[in-house]
Amino acid sequence: MDTSVLFSLRLSLQVASVATVFVIVIGIGIAYILALKNFRGKEMLDILFTLPLVLPPTVIGYYLIVLFGRNGLLGYYIYTWTGFSIMFTWYAAVLASFVVALPLMIKTTRAAIESIDKNLINASYTLGHSELATVFNIILPLAKKGIIAGTVLSFARAMGEFGATLMIAGNIPGKTATMPLAIYSSASSGDWSTANIMVIFFTIISGGFLYIANRFSKRFV
Amino acid sequence: MMGLNVTLHKKVNGFTLDAEWEVGDELAVIFGPSGSGKSMTLQLIAGLMHPDDGVVSSGDKIFYDSKQKIWLPPQQRSIGYVFQDLALFPHMNVKNNILFGAKGLDNQLRDKRFYDIVTIFHLDELEDKFPSEISGGQKQRVALARALIRGPAVLLLDEPFSSLDTELRFEMRNFLRDIRKEFNMPVILVTHDILEAFALADRVIVYENGRVIVVGKPHEVFNPQTMPECEFPLFFSYMISKGFF
Repeated sequence: MDTSVLFSLRLSLQVASVATVFVIVIGIGIAYILALKNFRGKEMLDILFTLPLVLPPTVIGYYLIVLFGRNGLLGYYIYTWTGFSIMFTWYAAVLASFVVALPLMIKTTRAAIESIDKNLINASYTLGHSELATVFNIILPLAKKGIIAGTVLSFARAMGEFGATLMIAGNIPGKTATMPLAIYSSASSGDWSTANIMVIFFTIISGGFLYIANRFSKRFV
Repeated sequence: MMGLNVTLHKKVNGFTLDAEWEVGDELAVIFGPSGSGKSMTLQLIAGLMHPDDGVVSSGDKIFYDSKQKIWLPPQQRSIGYVFQDLALFPHMNVKNNILFGAKGLDNQLRDKRFYDIVTIFHLDELEDKFPSEISGGQKQRVALARALIRGPAVLLLDEPFSSLDTELRFEMRNFLRDIRKEFNMPVILVTHDILEAFALADRVIVYENGRVIVVGKPHEVFNPQTMPECEFPLFFSYMISKGFF
């Protein structure tokens, strides 16, 4: 295998791993709030975090440019203060993967938390344990299956991210060309043998991830 | 004597709870039909729900007082609560379920209390078992042990025996009566079972539609003249006392 294939494989794993770490931490936090708290605008928040699941990746990429581009709503300030722009770096690929994978984590984890008997949480409180202690001792262990399923699905989705990544990270060989982008490049330049290797590899690992996710959660897929 | 002093007012979804009563360090049974506000009263006492106004206190410990704007969260109330479905943690074995209730005790005291309570509750052989592996009566005892190990100020029991068959129910009632002597505190037990109320109560608080209609000793409250529906249970308990069952 030539080095560009290995590079894109390594980059894809790196991007997906970093994105998944953020997805786990932030996704569980949001899922917990959506599952157990009541507040105004909760349904709006739910819709906002579900949108990336149904929007075309180009629309997500467009929003991310509007927010994080060098002249974007947040990106402008980040650039003026730090001289750094996320655009066309591998961090942008992480951001794109994070946004598209987050809904999968939130959905599965929220369902898992909602299925926990509310009295188990109440029992923990009456036994003197704080909300945080209850999260770590009761809620997370009991939602473990959903969290693992959500993690696997998120990682697989992050690995496969293409559209939004193309728009904000670009397709720079040796810099931001993750495997899905490398496949696109190979296929469009007629390099079928390289494309074949990557496509087969991708299909096998995605199938493997779904198998693991299914074993942990019969609720999804 | 610590006792428990309760004045509660709460409106929720068209239901109004308006309850005021006081008990000593005794076993008080809140008796009434489903939907009369019994379980809600327990949740309000434990701080799992917010009352609209009122007072909940035990001796000089004030858990809630709307006038003084005091509201302690459930964690700070030191109230033992046995839920109707028992709420044992399915991912912890019996030992860890009980020790989860021992928060704030130093190691030495915790180990001593654990040893004592496991002995009293006949749970010594079950420490490593998970809730799914033990019987209904055993689960009940684990839930009670977990609620009591910290030495709470008050014990609340929400229809604790409703899931048991009749025979086991008798056994658990006797068990509760026996362990009462070991733990000197107000015990509030909620039930819609008149026989249970009669068999266990030092004092009965009768609820109807969110209101307290009568408070008294069981033989005063369950008087066939004022409450015709209790005639059969009275007869029944008479038979039990004579050893017919």
